[in-house]
Amino acid sequence: MQAFTVVTGLAAPLDRANVDTDQIIPKQFLKSIKRTGFGVNLFDEWRYHDEGYPGQDCSKRPVNQDFVLNQPRYQGAKVLLARQNFGCGSSREHAPWALDEYGFRAVIASSFADIFFNNCFKNGLLPVILPEEQVDILFQECVATEGYQLTVDLEKLQVIRPNGEAFGFSVDNFRRHCLLNGLDDIGLTLQVAEDIRAFEAKALQSRPWVFNSLR
Amino acid sequence: MSTMSTKTLYDKLWDDHLVTQRDDGSCLIYIDRQLLHEVTSPQAFEGLKLAGRQPWRLDANIATPDHNVPTDTEERTHGIAGIKDETSRIQVQTLDDNCKEFGVVEFDIFDERQGIVHVVGPEQGLTLPGMTVVCGDSHTATHGAFACLAHGIGTSEVEHVLATQCLVQKKSKNMLIRVNGQLGDGVTAKDVVLAIIGQIGTAGGTGYAIEFGGQVFRDMSMEGRMTVCNMAIEAGARVGMVAVDEKTIEYFRGKPFAPKADQWDAAVAYWQTLVSDEGAHFDAVIDMDGAAIEPQVSWGTSPEMVVPVTATLPALADAADAVQRNSWERAYQYMGLTPEAPVTAIKLDRVFIGSCTNSRIEDLRAAAAVIKGRSVAASVKQAMVVPGSGLVKKQAEAEGLDKIFVAAGFQWREPGCSMCLAMNADKLMSGEHCASTSNRNFEGRQGNGGRTHLVSPAMAAAAAIAGHFVDVRHF
Ligand code: SF4
Repeated sequence: MQAFTVVTGLAAPLDRANVDTDQIIPKQFLKSIKRTGFGVNLFDEWRYHDEGYPGQDCSKRPVNQDFVLNQPRYQGAKVLLARQNFGCGSSREHAPWALDEYGFRAVIASSFADIFFNNCFKNGLLPVILPEEQVDILFQECVATEGYQLTVDLEKLQVIRPNGEAFGFSVDNFRRHCLLNGLDDIGLTLQVAEDIRAFEAKALQSRPWVFNSLR
Repeated sequence: MSTMSTKTLYDKLWDDHLVTQRDDGSCLIYIDRQLLHEVTSPQAFEGLKLAGRQPWRLDANIATPDHNVPTDTEERTHGIAGIKDETSRIQVQTLDDNCKEFGVVEFDIFDERQGIVHVVGPEQGLTLPGMTVVCGDSHTATHGAFACLAHGIGTSEVEHVLATQCLVQKKSKNMLIRVNGQLGDGVTAKDVVLAIIGQIGTAGGTGYAIEFGGQVFRDMSMEGRMTVCNMAIEAGARVGMVAVDEKTIEYFRGKPFAPKADQWDAAVAYWQTLVSDEGAHFDAVIDMDGAAIEPQVSWGTSPEMVVPVTATLPALADAADAVQRNSWERAYQYMGLTPEAPVTAIKLDRVFIGSCTNSRIEDLRAAAAVIKGRSVAASVKQAMVVPGSGLVKKQAEAEGLDKIFVAAGFQWREPGCSMCLAMNADKLMSGEHCASTSNRNFEGRQGNGGRTHLVSPAMAAAAAIAGHFVDVRHF
């Protein structure tokens, strides 16, 4: 996994509440059996006028110029500003895969849906929760200022505005540790394999039916 | 926090599956059962292979293809080879290949037990009370109907569970949603859960594990409880649960994978403990009156945008704040509807009865009861019934329900997710309105530009006959 320490980059404002994962990456792209190739279809239904399908050459598709990410000033954005309950709906991990591959490294919103929030951390994408008023300020400044850049610092747990002022945020320690070091969850869990075995031995006594063979 | 002596159902399930706790409060939770399907598993199996890992406990896993399988009988008779869409075919084939390679038990496309994972698990007794159940699908909350700790996970977590039989979790807060009293005639589990989401909103349950309690849930069938828990995620909660009672236990008697003989009595004794203790602490409690719930219809692009069938669509002025007003405006535009219009004025192009929310035998019976002896309105282009599993289909056919549907002009399909998310050939055309028994009305969910209205099976059936929404209580 890609480690995340400090990211500085252009911010883009997506001013909609309850953006669901069907919007982030529509279901026809879930048919892929790979982890890559989703970036060009991020927000597909908003980004293009036609209906996309997997494996298509997106460079020839009619682009919706009104969609915020299509505006020239937001090209190359690394930080996505979003509204409450971002990432609700389906559990598809293709949503963070698509955001990551598009180039986003962090998403800032006042709240996130649980599963999406969790999936982000598995993919080196940092979801940052800030209070609504602070998110509002970032939206206003971002829209008002071309080339608006933000720094997201996971070490210091700060979002730093161009004027140097910082908004603090929090991330639980374990997730922060994994993300800072790009650590693989599975490897970490297998370090306590003995504990898992001990748990199983106990559970086999108290709830043996759980361990019945399916064959 | 609950004290040592009193625990909620969620506390009990959590404690019984806790392997270790880290200093920061994150925990390793043991997973009893993992359900696999073709969409969210390929990258997980690939990850295992790349790392040279084997599944930790093979028999914890069970797989079936559901999202991509065709529901057209002709296409289905040729199995995987018959799937016309190439990407769908590859995905279903990949599940098959991975299950064979790793030795995971699969109900494949030809197996009569194949169906939507959340219908198949309980039907087979693969989901049992008190289990931790996960699946790479957000509607895994369905299994909470049996007092399971069940939640949807992402693909990295599917891989994590395959490799370690554990999941890294943080404990949620406890919420109790109590629906008291009795439901009126014609009001179903689907209406209850839509009314709940309408009240608390799609983020109302975020960060909570919800327990559904109160007389309405005690009176509700297991199928109904599944419908409610299924949509807990639509209220923002990963987990929705109902405590064990006699109905729960009876449901599993004789199920193929349910414990047998001696194990049965021990299991029942354990299952009976799976209730919240008297006086257990909930961080939030919501009370609702069951008698006041009417049949519901969603009008917008989020499950919280829902109103009783007797109502008119909300006025923009009634929005709570600017953010809500903004999303209502967008929703009206997308749905092609006008504020304050009566719900019954919404005309339907298609009707879909199916999905893990409402495709079990009871749902099909309720729809058939409304349809019997009537015909689908001429203005409705397509009305379809998609049973949740091969066994539901068989049961419905044994009861003659398929004949009732077909005589009325409905299509009778093969089991799968179908038009719930339109990953197979079943989808809406842009601008079409669909009365759907599924769980999500997001933009494009049932097809690009499609307009979904979430309703109960009986309401969908009545709408198919009338061509527009009607109050099934007076139909
Ligand atoms: S029926 Fe719909 S909601 Fe349920 S598992 Fe299938 S796609 Fe998901």
